[in-house]
Amino acid sequence: MARIIAGVASSHVPAIGAAIDNKQTEEPYWKRVFSGFEKSKDWMAKTKPDVAIVVYNDHASAFSVEVVPTFALGCASEFPPADEGWGPRPVPVVKGHPELASHIAQSVILDEFDLTICNKMEVDHGLTVPMNLLFGSPKEWPCPVIPLAVNVVLYPPPTAHRCYMLGKAIRKAVDSYPDDLRVVIFGTGGMSHQISGPRAGLINSKFDKAFLDNLSKDPKKLTRISHLEFMREAGAEGIEMVMWLIMRGALDDKVDEVYRFYTVPASNTAVGHIILENRRKAAGKLKRAAAHRKTDIRRGQ
Amino acid sequence: MARKRQDYDDIPGTFVFDAERSREGFGINMFCMSLMKEENRKAFKANEAEYLKQFKLTPAQTEAILQRDYNRMLELGGNIYFTAKLGATDGHSFRHLAAVMTGSTQEDYAAMMLAGGRSAEGNRSKSGRYKAGTLVPGGKAKSAQPKAAAKSKSAKSSKARRKRG
Repeated sequence: MARIIAGVASSHVPAIGAAIDNKQTEEPYWKRVFSGFEKSKDWMAKTKPDVAIVVYNDHASAFSVEVVPTFALGCASEFPPADEGWGPRPVPVVKGHPELASHIAQSVILDEFDLTICNKMEVDHGLTVPMNLLFGSPKEWPCPVIPLAVNVVLYPPPTAHRCYMLGKAIRKAVDSYPDDLRVVIFGTGGMSHQISGPRAGLINSKFDKAFLDNLSKDPKKLTRISHLEFMREAGAEGIEMVMWLIMRGALDDKVDEVYRFYTVPASNTAVGHIILENRRKAAGKLKRAAAHRKTDIRRGQ
Repeated sequence: MARKRQDYDDIPGTFVFDAERSREGFGINMFCMSLMKEENRKAFKANEAEYLKQFKLTPAQTEAILQRDYNRMLELGGNIYFTAKLGATDGHSFRHLAAVMTGSTQEDYAAMMLAGGRSAEGNRSKSGRYKAGTLVPGGKAKSAQPKAAAKSKSAKSSKARRKRG
């Protein structure tokens, strides 16, 4: 049986990708950012997940304004890096896991989350930058990836609560997959930043730190944050943090925080990162927990 | 038709890319998206006004694009991830765009970011009257009425909610 063993949250700033691609990671400005992910790479190398589910958003790369899906799940066998205007990033093609992806799609749609299915999709820095931060820059990515693209560009994105509940539905889907797979789920984007209009450059470290604290210990509190509050406090583009709640919803209520990193700035953005592990349980307990979740999702709790 | 007033219009210096702006700005964003192709970038640079004629743009939108007025583009329905492609076509860094939008210089903008960015203090609300957030304190109570009056008002509205529900 498959299970989600841990969740990772990380910013996905495009300039971080550019710094990697242009080999500037040793420059003092960037070293401050990259040094915060050294321990995370060690953790990931030891954890060796079989599959990663990466929740991210597209930035006018795969999706224009013509089609704007709220939740789009990548069910293809591979996802080429998108040309974001400077040629595609020099990163490996992302290999998918179509079997698990289509199982998740079927399960969560029947749980009333109306996903869009993408059988052909390119992925941009929103997905590949966090992968670089956690996996480094290998010739091939070490595990298959299931991309979940969330609309946070056209207002309104899905609410924090909706994202958290989708995470729970994904967890239930993974738990019911027959193969023994150890899955890590990524929530990406954020933290506070605004890159548009006269208020561009907004950073709110107090908000970000409180968000990290609650993500770890009291995620339900975060599900009550309104879009207005996200934009007012964390910047118009800080609203991306709703994606972290999909990751969090897919974990146990109580988790172990194994690592955290926060620094300001990476170009226009506050960089936040956290690793949360599910506590190991006996198989019987897991089954009972899965049965509970079935009812929880319907009740919206 | 005048733009419908939204709660987030109270956030200073911010043009939220909502359904109304998306509808109005479809031409701006489709134009920007076309710049993902090298041949289109060349055609645009060769004759900007002529190139823009193939998109559904109002005169004000065309003017904003030609003038590289990035805030006006946002106001008229452009989205930053799209308008950034115009900046890239001009060979400008994002910092250049940020400086233009914030009325700053690139050096001053970069220095502000290094010093921790633009503070949320004083930048949360135009009216100064908004509810404290879920996570961090700040903000004044929305209602300046005496307590008793506020109470009766909220009782009334919860009654109305029950009725609707």
